[in-house]
Amino acid sequence: MNAAVLSLVLFTFLVGMAGLLVLLWSITRNRVTWQKTGATVIFDAGEIGTVEEPAGSASDVAALAESAHGRTASDGDRSADDILARREADRSSRTPALAFLGSAIVWLVIGSLYGVVSSLKMTFPDWLTGSAPLTFGRVRPIHLNAVIYGFASMGGIAVALWLMPRLVRTPLRGGRFAIAGVVVWNIGMVAGLLALAFGWTDGVEWLEFPWQIDALFVIGGALAGVPLLLTLRAKKVAHLYVSAWYLGAAFCWFPILFFVANFPGVHFGVEHATINWWYAHNVLGLWLTPMGLAIAYYFIPKVLGRPIYSYGLSLIGFWSLALFYSQVGAHHLIGGPVPTWLIGVSIVHSVMMAIPVLAVAINHHVTMRGRFGTLKHSPTLRFVVVGALMYTATSFEGCLESIRALNRITHFTHFTVGHAHMGLYGFVSMELFGAVYFMLPRLVDREWPYPKLIRAHFWLALGGLIVYVGALSIGGILQGLALLDKARPFLDSVHVTVPYLHARSVGGVLMTLGHFVFAYHAWAMTTGRGPVRTFAGRTPTLAKEVAS
Amino acid sequence: MNRLSVLIFGSVGVLLVTAMILVVMPYVQFMVVEPEEGLAPYTVEQARGRDVYVSLGCVYCHTQQPTDRVFAPDSERGWGRPSTPGDYVYDYPHQLGTMRTGPDLFNIGARQPSAGWHYAHLYNPRAVVPGSLMPAFPFLFEVKRELGPDDVKVDLPPEFAPKEGVVVAKPDAVALIAYLVGLDHTYPSQYLKYTSEQANLNNGAAQ
Ligand code: HEC
Ligand code: HEM
Ligand code: HEM
Repeated sequence: MNAAVLSLVLFTFLVGMAGLLVLLWSITRNRVTWQKTGATVIFDAGEIGTVEEPAGSASDVAALAESAHGRTASDGDRSADDILARREADRSSRTPALAFLGSAIVWLVIGSLYGVVSSLKMTFPDWLTGSAPLTFGRVRPIHLNAVIYGFASMGGIAVALWLMPRLVRTPLRGGRFAIAGVVVWNIGMVAGLLALAFGWTDGVEWLEFPWQIDALFVIGGALAGVPLLLTLRAKKVAHLYVSAWYLGAAFCWFPILFFVANFPGVHFGVEHATINWWYAHNVLGLWLTPMGLAIAYYFIPKVLGRPIYSYGLSLIGFWSLALFYSQVGAHHLIGGPVPTWLIGVSIVHSVMMAIPVLAVAINHHVTMRGRFGTLKHSPTLRFVVVGALMYTATSFEGCLESIRALNRITHFTHFTVGHAHMGLYGFVSMELFGAVYFMLPRLVDREWPYPKLIRAHFWLALGGLIVYVGALSIGGILQGLALLDKARPFLDSVHVTVPYLHARSVGGVLMTLGHFVFAYHAWAMTTGRGPVRTFAGRTPTLAKEVAS
Repeated sequence: MNRLSVLIFGSVGVLLVTAMILVVMPYVQFMVVEPEEGLAPYTVEQARGRDVYVSLGCVYCHTQQPTDRVFAPDSERGWGRPSTPGDYVYDYPHQLGTMRTGPDLFNIGARQPSAGWHYAHLYNPRAVVPGSLMPAFPFLFEVKRELGPDDVKVDLPPEFAPKEGVVVAKPDAVALIAYLVGLDHTYPSQYLKYTSEQANLNNGAAQ
């Protein structure tokens, strides 16, 4: 059995590698044409060299243009048709995008509060023990499901609905499906979280929602996917930009994963565990990561007015991500009762993940090279670029963490939780925040009322995250070393973490405060509160509109 | 890349091919796994207790997968021999876990067979393990003035006992403890090679 299995695994691996080599070869051959059209497709004619930053104040935008290109902001030489088409695309998704976004922010606030409560409960075991819905084992999954399926997924869908029309230069089609989708999805969230609070659970990490309720997410997700597909089909561009592949593929992958992993009655024993972690890592790698990368790939070049460094690299990055990320699931079961070959496959592919990560890192960071000063002037870039850096950092940490010798130390500890938040908060959430700061002004056609609040949100989020991840990374390693030392009693491994768990609570409170600031600001913005200023980043008004 | 079909079929295709390796092949391999000979199916009470374990989320702090000595000193800690797929055939949903905020529980019944200890520990872990950081589960118990005929009384050190009345386990707690006390996989495994060594590995667990 094992020889056959191994040769099959080897065979698919080689096929995958061969595919990548062919891709590499064709890219080098077609370098010139692909490079040019691919990376510039997000710009209108005459737009390259022009910054776009709707989240910045008038002085921000001027300073941004100065530091990005050494010249003043201008609308370049875009044609009236292009300007109108972009504006129409931007506004076409208004209702569904706002609905998904508003829900995402509500779930973020709820989820963060549950996160803080879970964190405090780990150090104060006699706090709030009076009833089952408040026990740690229920508060924690409510936290995870609220932030993953409520905040990150709904936020990602909101961005996808808004970005896709922009990427393919045509208004959103079938937005009404997405509005139905948001309703169904939210019903699923409320039902699912209530079920967890009252002890009705499927009992598997990342898949806790009862499968009867999961059906709502399948329907809601499909409804949200329809407009994306219709819009993609109506595309008015010769090339699909990288971000469109990531978004499109994510919407193909997620339903498959969700359906297979939640299907009742087919999984059993250890097989259930392998499915569990195949799903969990694919939700990260093939659903949330593509969304984060789509955002980074769009907003970094768009805000700067500068095409990404290499379109060919982004192709390699995309296909190798698909190939490698989909096989890393079993690295969550290292040391467990699963066949060695399966763990081996996952470790190998975890290390191979260095390829797509490098491709993405080069693309993002080289595009920024020499222009990091622009972060001072662009709220969007501040979040998006920090997020992109965190992606690189988390992923390299992940590559190391999956190697057996290091996994022994970190596997069962809080280190994993630190890594999880560096990825999901530092990378995915930061990308989402950045995208929201860019798209909301376009959706409601006004400038953010309180620039100071954006700054406060950024520093609370980043400061909190650094405390959170720093504390758990150190505490987790100490815990792991204590666990590996058989001479030390088990309780040592518990007590050594306590100061770090307190620090994590502090970091978490900072992040949560940031979320309140963010939620208030977004609410003030959409309901028209606060001072109205010049809106330097507004879509240019056309001469003929001024005349009429 | 400019074709929508390349994107859709390509991305779905890659996922399906890789799922052959990560989903289908393990499925086939696990399907033929026989239960270990020493493994008994859960009793009705234990199965109910397992549901309580699942619904209270014990898995977020406890693993149920003692690992090999090469990976971690689980057997030296008395957590038992490495587990095998044959140990889990009656387990659904699986509760392998990935966090060891608390100890591995796969052989807790062998290591701590006293139901009385478990009741006190569940009511308030600090009553029996000073310095424990495991949450208390008082809502699984009730305080009664007098013991009824079928009531399970919980013995507590005086400083943890209520001033008046006796602490009695609710049915959920009774079932949960039946499950915990029954968690014993220290029998020899047909899948692990050296039976004598297995016995050594189990030593701590069954002391
Ligand atoms: C917040 C994390 C946490 C949760 C949730 C938790 N435990 Fe624990 N558990 C611990 C810690 C820490 C210890 C070690 C200290 C001790 O023995 O009390 C422990 C120890 C134990 C022990 C004793 C193990 C031994 O080797 O002596 C048992 C039995 C146990 N837990 C059962 C449970 C059950 C059943 C649940 C769910 C109802 C549960 N635990 C939920 C953290 C947790
Ligand atoms: C090359 C990239 C990456 C590799 C190889 C990798 C590897 C790993 C490994 C080995 C674990 C620990 C499993 C364990 O010991 O229990 C882990 C956990 C985790 N990773 Fe990554 N990681 C990568 C990138 C990311 C990214 C980008 C994110 C966020 C989007 C992320 C999110 C997580 C989460 C949430 C967990 C915790 C899962 C859980 O236990 O519930 N990882 N990763
Ligand atoms: C706002 C502040 C936050 C706090 C205080 C917080 C706190 C926590 C705590 C205490 C846990 C449980 C860890 C354990 O079981 O040991 C946890 C788990 C988790 N949180 Fe958060 N969290 C926050 C924000 C977020 C956000 C925004 C996301 C995702 C977008 C997120 C994703 C997760 C995930 C995936 C896990 C599971 C990790 C694992 O199993 O390894 N958290 N969080």
